[in-house]
Amino acid sequence: MSEPILQLRSVSKSFGAVQVLHDVDLTVRAGEVTALVGDNGAGKSTLVKCVAGIHPIDGGEILFDGDPVALHSPSDASKLGIEVVYQDLALADNLDIVQNMFLGRERGRPWLLDESDMEQAARRTLASLSVRTVTSVRTPVASLSGGQRQTVAIAKAVLWDSRVVLLDEPTAALGVAQTRQVLDLVRRLAEQGIGVVLISHNMADVFEVADRIATLYLGRMVAEVPTRDVTHGQVVELITAGRSGDLGLARPEGVVGQ
Amino acid sequence: MTAPEKQQKSAAEKADPGNRAADFGIDTTARTTGEAIRGYLQGLRNGELGSLPALLGLAALFVLFTILDSGGTFPSLLNLANLLQQGAGRTIIAMGLVFVLLTGEIDLAAGTASGLAAALMALHLVSGGNMLGAMGGFVFAVLIVAMLVAAALAIWVRVWAGAVVSVLTAVILLIGVPANPWIEMLLAVGVGVVVGCLTGFLVARIGMPSFVVTLALFITWQGVILQLIGDGGTLGLRDPVINAVANGNLSTLGSWVLFVVAAGGYAAVMLLQQRNRLHKGLVAKPTGLVLIKVGAVVVLGAVATFLLTRDRSPGVIAISGIPYVVPIVLVLLVLGTYVLDRTRFGRHVYAVGGNREAARRAGIDVVRIRAAVFVISSAFAAIGAIVYSSKVGSVSPAAGGGNTLLFAVGAAVIGGTSLFGGRGRVSNAVIGGAVLATVENGLGLLKQPAAVVFIITGLVLLLAAGVDVLSRRKSAAAGR
Repeated sequence: MSEPILQLRSVSKSFGAVQVLHDVDLTVRAGEVTALVGDNGAGKSTLVKCVAGIHPIDGGEILFDGDPVALHSPSDASKLGIEVVYQDLALADNLDIVQNMFLGRERGRPWLLDESDMEQAARRTLASLSVRTVTSVRTPVASLSGGQRQTVAIAKAVLWDSRVVLLDEPTAALGVAQTRQVLDLVRRLAEQGIGVVLISHNMADVFEVADRIATLYLGRMVAEVPTRDVTHGQVVELITAGRSGDLGLARPEGVVGQ
Repeated sequence: MTAPEKQQKSAAEKADPGNRAADFGIDTTARTTGEAIRGYLQGLRNGELGSLPALLGLAALFVLFTILDSGGTFPSLLNLANLLQQGAGRTIIAMGLVFVLLTGEIDLAAGTASGLAAALMALHLVSGGNMLGAMGGFVFAVLIVAMLVAAALAIWVRVWAGAVVSVLTAVILLIGVPANPWIEMLLAVGVGVVVGCLTGFLVARIGMPSFVVTLALFITWQGVILQLIGDGGTLGLRDPVINAVANGNLSTLGSWVLFVVAAGGYAAVMLLQQRNRLHKGLVAKPTGLVLIKVGAVVVLGAVATFLLTRDRSPGVIAISGIPYVVPIVLVLLVLGTYVLDRTRFGRHVYAVGGNREAARRAGIDVVRIRAAVFVISSAFAAIGAIVYSSKVGSVSPAAGGGNTLLFAVGAAVIGGTSLFGGRGRVSNAVIGGAVLATVENGLGLLKQPAAVVFIITGLVLLLAAGVDVLSRRKSAAAGR
């Protein structure tokens, strides 16, 4: 088991009167894929946005490499090496792959961009992730398939010396073959020593790539367990009821959320 | 197991490029000419038409008018040179509009903003620099305050250049710099920048739809021009330098120097870039294709220069040389293309037009970019105003009104710039401007009434907008 890179300790978050996260703990380790699962409204997206610096947390603390850090803006997060790949892919269709990967962090002088350097770096990154499905790094993103776009979005996150990459439903809109590509890519990210957080609704995906499964239920972290210690059915119970045998909440939460 | 620090940091980038770049096997860096042509055709089928329809249309129009005009006036050198001078003003306005269109916005006020710049320029010239006396204390005070406000707003949206130029313009008016053709032109551009700062602030910071903001300003500037010039009045531009902008020609020697600089520069940039890309193993066009392209530009340039340096006057006094508007448009074209293709700012303009949310998440200052494109648009409009006012020799209250703006938008769209944002180049405006100028000029020579000219121009624009929508739909379909 490797060192934790990112740790959340009793993180709470409310929007007005609604408390969305209750004392959530989560540990992300280098070289591991941690799946974050939970029903709609369980607080997965809020948790991601807290880590990404979009929402400031109300209580608890976030540790990075063991030191407490304050994440007030997305740039705080990216300075630490935390990158988020959003569900709706933040890519500009009219730009090519290289341009998208370096968007907002172009290399070279402001008045003369270094295209050669960017193109070579983009190609190296894609090659290191063994991406073989893209014909040319100068292809406009508009003409890529869903899986290829997702690949570019993930590669973009990797390009930036990232330590932690959070993937929000990366396979939600993909076909079988494309899902395959993206899951392979997720595995390779972890092999490169990056801490990967995978948010997914798809149990098959989770069991295939995740090392650990963290389950959120109504804003509480009910279980954070190694994938090999749980079964499919147990995780589904955790997601829907918040408990499964010895795992999860100590007592039933009543009928809420059923 | 502890992951070593090194492995975590930029593991991707430090991966051995020699071994693994080969994994990226399908990436075709150097293609043969045949492959490139097939790739281009594939792009066309997917709706990446670019300027192709406009170029074909331009060629068709030339052939058509040459056949139809039995008197032989249309293809005459005198007419073609005149056509360049007539179309230049609007083309320059269109070049600026491309920046706004790229972000998916519209600047309906570019036409009357150009008129405003022309009016202030003419007023300054006529009054010998005494603007206070020419327009009265109240109007003068309002004008100065407006310029300072524009500067403040420009600082607010972080368009520093806009703020500097706005203050400079106010200073020129305040200290009453005496009339001088170069100062007049600087003043006109300054007025354009001031207008752009106001528009940009309202659209980018306040978040009003650009359509409404610029529609309102379109009417407002028309009123301001009328106030400055007076109903029924005109301001003459009696100055040899300003007059020469649209009516003068380079000497024969100057024309050839221009050819050598422009064509040589183009060839040098293209060939050096090609060598650099091949050398570094980057994605490059086939060398044969680049050579053909460079050769074609050099030969066409040489032929055009040769023809334009011959006497084209039907009378006794010789007229020869490349019109000044050609180097003016070329310089603006190179400048605009450079900014859009090679600078961080240009990249961000495309990004904002392609996906504003993605641009925001990438840390791009979207407000600043959106404000800046309006400043650029209005500044280009002011340069266009200098050219078209010079052509006419005076400024009337109708300057920049009427169809000026619509022709400019039309030029950009006909050339292949998308109204939906994200796609387009400055050269599109030049090609589209040439198409519209040709239609107008050719139909005029065929003695067609204004009614027909308007109808045909409108239909050409409709066709171009239709092509834009269809090609967009096709490229969207090809993407999934």
